[in-house]
Amino acid sequence: MKTLLVSVLMMAALLVSPVFAEGLLPNIPAALGEPHPEGNEFWRINHPSILSHDRDLTVQNGIREIDGSLKTCVACHAVDGPDAAPLTAASPEHACVACHEYVAVKIDCFQCHNSRPEEGDWAAVLPSLGGTPESLRAYLERISQ
Amino acid sequence: MIIPTKEKGADISRRDLLKKGGAMATVTLASGVTLMSFGGKARADGLKPGARWGLLIDAGKCPEDCSACVSACSKEHGWENNGLNTDPQWIRKVTLREKSSGRENSLPVMCQHCDEPPCVDVCPTGASFKREDGIVLVNKHTCIGCRYCMMACPFKARSFVHEPVTDQRTHSPRGNGTVEGCNMCVHKIDRGDGTTACVEACQATGNNAMMFGDLNDPESDIAIAVSTYASVELRADLGLGLGVRYQNI
Ligand code: HEC
Ligand code: HEC
Ligand code: HEC
Repeated sequence: MKTLLVSVLMMAALLVSPVFAEGLLPNIPAALGEPHPEGNEFWRINHPSILSHDRDLTVQNGIREIDGSLKTCVACHAVDGPDAAPLTAASPEHACVACHEYVAVKIDCFQCHNSRPEEGDWAAVLPSLGGTPESLRAYLERISQ
Repeated sequence: MIIPTKEKGADISRRDLLKKGGAMATVTLASGVTLMSFGGKARADGLKPGARWGLLIDAGKCPEDCSACVSACSKEHGWENNGLNTDPQWIRKVTLREKSSGRENSLPVMCQHCDEPPCVDVCPTGASFKREDGIVLVNKHTCIGCRYCMMACPFKARSFVHEPVTDQRTHSPRGNGTVEGCNMCVHKIDRGDGTTACVEACQATGNNAMMFGDLNDPESDIAIAVSTYASVELRADLGLGLGVRYQNI
């Protein structure tokens, strides 16, 4: 049923004029690094349960290498603001917020978790890129072309 | 109509895959680009089996005017003191004075990481808990901010966050409406640093008043020191079995 609804919506989005279509679907900013191997659709559906499952692994069992790490989500999904610093979840253009506003979801995670990465966090998520903000920006420009 | 339980099914099979295929190597997507989280590195328990992490603090080497450990903790975990009695209590310098002799002692006090933590006994949600390696923590995901643990703690080692917090350190989330306290730098322990921010800072000053280690490992410096020199627990009369011990008080 859900899938049907979504596909009807998608069809509608394709049929109407491009100007209208832009307002119909959320505008999710591109993320840094490699896409999820499970695919975007899997992550759209499952990220809430992955996050809540994996956070217990960290807090209770000290496991830090988890798929659902908020610290790494915000590093790859960081969006730079006008001052070249990553935007916080207070901004409607923050990657998580951009979609959540559209689907009317409100999360409390960012009351405690920083909604943007610290400098050192880049290196952990994208070691192959050298982990500097400059190399990441260059990478982002490359993939957005 | 059968409602597809996509979410559950997908999650389970993925977990099973990870459990069974522990050897699944890091996925290489393109030359030089690998995925950090999927498969690959073993998802072994981050806890060191059988460990009992502890601190040994020599009050004799702790000058009254030094608060390097407090500043280091504040920086590591992103909290601030504002001189209010609602201030965070992760770690603080305390002066003890013996009434009869007038002898004064300065020492840092933080969560004493009890074997039998009263904060865990009183917590209505199970958020206050002891990790298998002896570290007493607040699981802030289930903390409801009732503050029973603060009242139960004989060391005043926990505090409540009264105001919204922004720009937290990414490895140390903290926020309004929950209780917090010293977590013995679990993020550092789990990544194998083998020390805490306060101990590092104390060593950097040259005072060397603090030592961190595994009390259960007879070869560790801390276990050797504890078995060689006299050290005491604060409020030993309570019989809580503390992970933090003091010398020269
Ligand atoms: C290694 C970098 C990286 C990490 C870490 C990461 N992502 Fe992603 N994510 C991506 C990329 C790249 C895409 C594809 C984005 C695109 O298509 O523009 C993506 C896509 C997504 C999508 C689908 C977006 C869409 O347009 O439909 C969701 C939802 C998502 N990620 C959530 C998360 C969450 C939640 C976390 C943390 C648990 C996370 N991601 C961690 C890189 C990452
Ligand atoms: C493609 C759109 C999309 C993106 C991008 C996205 N989310 Fe979500 N998120 C959703 C939807 C839809 C739900 C609600 C799912 C449900 O209720 O089944 C949700 C729910 C959640 C929930 C659970 C909320 C609750 O109340 O249970 C969390 C936590 C969450 N998202 C975190 C994140 C984080 C962190 C990011 C950014 C890295 C992110 N999401 C990015 C669509 C998205
Ligand atoms: C009241 C504060 C608080 C709130 C709210 C909160 N967390 Fe956490 N979270 C923490 C603390 C503290 C840790 C432990 C960090 C550590 O030990 O390094 C943590 C750890 C985690 C971790 C593992 C660390 C990482 O990011 O890799 C995940 C995942 C996580 N939380 C997800 C969530 C999600 C999803 C939400 C929202 C639904 C949320 N948290 C809301 C305080 C909070």
